[in-house]
Amino acid sequence: MPSHSVPTNAIQLRGAVKRYGAITAVDGLDLDVPEGTCVGLLGPNGAGKSTTMKLLTAQAIADEGEIEVLGYELPGESKQARAECGVVPQLDNLDTTLTVQQNLVVFSYLYRIPRPKRGAAVERALETANLTDRRDTKVDELSGGMRRRLLIARALVHRPRLLLLDEPTVGLDPQVRQELWALIDALRSEGVSILMSTHYIEEAQRLAESVTIMSHGKAVATGPPAQLIAEHAGHEAIEVYGPPPRLAEAEAEARAAGLHTRRTGTSVAVLGMNATNGRDAPEGERRPSNLEDVFVLLTGEEIA
Amino acid sequence: MSAAAAARDRAKRRLGRLERPALAGVLVREIINFSSYWRSTTFSSTVEPTIYLLAFGFGFGSLVSEVGGLRYVEFVGTGTVATAVLFASVFPAMFGTFVKYQFQHTYDAILAAPVDTEELVTGEVLWISIRTSVYGCSPLLVAMVFGLDPSWGMLVVPLIAFTAGFGWACLGVLISALLKSIDNFGYVTSSVITPLFLVAGTFFPIDQLPEWAQIAAQANPLYHCVELVRHAVFGWEGLTDLAHYGALLVFGLVTWRIAIWAMTRKLID
Repeated sequence: MPSHSVPTNAIQLRGAVKRYGAITAVDGLDLDVPEGTCVGLLGPNGAGKSTTMKLLTAQAIADEGEIEVLGYELPGESKQARAECGVVPQLDNLDTTLTVQQNLVVFSYLYRIPRPKRGAAVERALETANLTDRRDTKVDELSGGMRRRLLIARALVHRPRLLLLDEPTVGLDPQVRQELWALIDALRSEGVSILMSTHYIEEAQRLAESVTIMSHGKAVATGPPAQLIAEHAGHEAIEVYGPPPRLAEAEAEARAAGLHTRRTGTSVAVLGMNATNGRDAPEGERRPSNLEDVFVLLTGEEIA
Repeated sequence: MSAAAAARDRAKRRLGRLERPALAGVLVREIINFSSYWRSTTFSSTVEPTIYLLAFGFGFGSLVSEVGGLRYVEFVGTGTVATAVLFASVFPAMFGTFVKYQFQHTYDAILAAPVDTEELVTGEVLWISIRTSVYGCSPLLVAMVFGLDPSWGMLVVPLIAFTAGFGWACLGVLISALLKSIDNFGYVTSSVITPLFLVAGTFFPIDQLPEWAQIAAQANPLYHCVELVRHAVFGWEGLTDLAHYGALLVFGLVTWRIAIWAMTRKLID
């Protein structure tokens, strides 16, 4: 009989709620990660992304709602789910006095790789992360980018079906970030399901097939980045540069024309421009809309 | 999927508690890490009791020749085993646990793998107990240099040290789970650990103490450890020793469960 019970979602949350005292960190979250896809969880600090990640490994237990990971119901079956999951934490928690290879060996035991396969698994992880020449280097002596690659390699040592990445490139310089993007992209093309929390818009836009935008513990929008932009932010935004009085003026003009604005440091962006509504907008530089505009329009908050 | 296969799948799903592969994973991590810090740990776990042994042995040894029917070097040589057991277990458990969850976030990484808090705590404590069973014997070796006669019963000392070390390590994990800051460790060390360590018959016999202190000493696991070590070296006392060992087992069992409860509360939101 053909199998119909194979889950089509690697992750499925329905109405998940997590409270810490008076604070509701996750507030009725629905989230799907279809198998074999990369989903971005986007939101500012404090939106509930990290708590959501903790719920998925049962390091936080939901107060309400249903959570399924790889077809296992959490928290009861979480150990089995964890066995088939790889986790890349936001905070580097490598064993710093050990070598690169020793760190991987430890995790080959923790993830229960059978003895005859351990050596090969460690080699493969070293290769994936491009750390083969660094196998005997102590973690203390690695650069920030290498440490992050090792964290990813450690999460892959047992060939997980699902990878949870919590802010994978936070605090890294742009070149290292692009290196990691290439690595994550390669994993996705191998069919690994990925959930990645991030507050870097570009990261989500480049890597994720679908994005869930979180604010105050809720999903405020879900869909492919391009579709979210088209739906919520229109085609273009106008960036108005100038001294503060000019910016205030531009904001007033835009508001009068019924348009939304956001302050981005040195400029005011007038959002949601399309063919029909641009006539009364202030003069400025036109640029394509992006996910950040969507976020601001939906939540009224800046993302990063 | 057939019904039978589905049932089999279901049965496989919920992994058990205290699984060997999970414990092995935690132990392997500790063993590999030990290769990078064994020198300092071995130094502090063996040198400190040795200093006590020498200081008390020479200091009091010149004043008192015999205590409770034993030469003083015999009395203090066996008593210091308990000191070594305590130092080798409760302190690494307190500080190691705190550093690993608070500063290094090691436990976040381990709990993201198929390891539960119960297995994590048990693995960590087992590893400390194994070390303690070795370190606990060092005072005997030093005392032998100063005239303690070897005996067959000494071969049981590692087992006593292991059992007592297990309880102390669990207590250390418990303390680190309950305290919010590493600065508070001093309060516990001064008010709990030091009295326990002194009022256990290690350096002076407890039958010289006021009656209330003697009764209190019965509740001190270290006292039972001291008595067992002395009896192992100088002659067993049958049921009394079974009771002493039973006390150590109860101590270990109770602190083990409470330590797991406290760490679960700490690590799982």
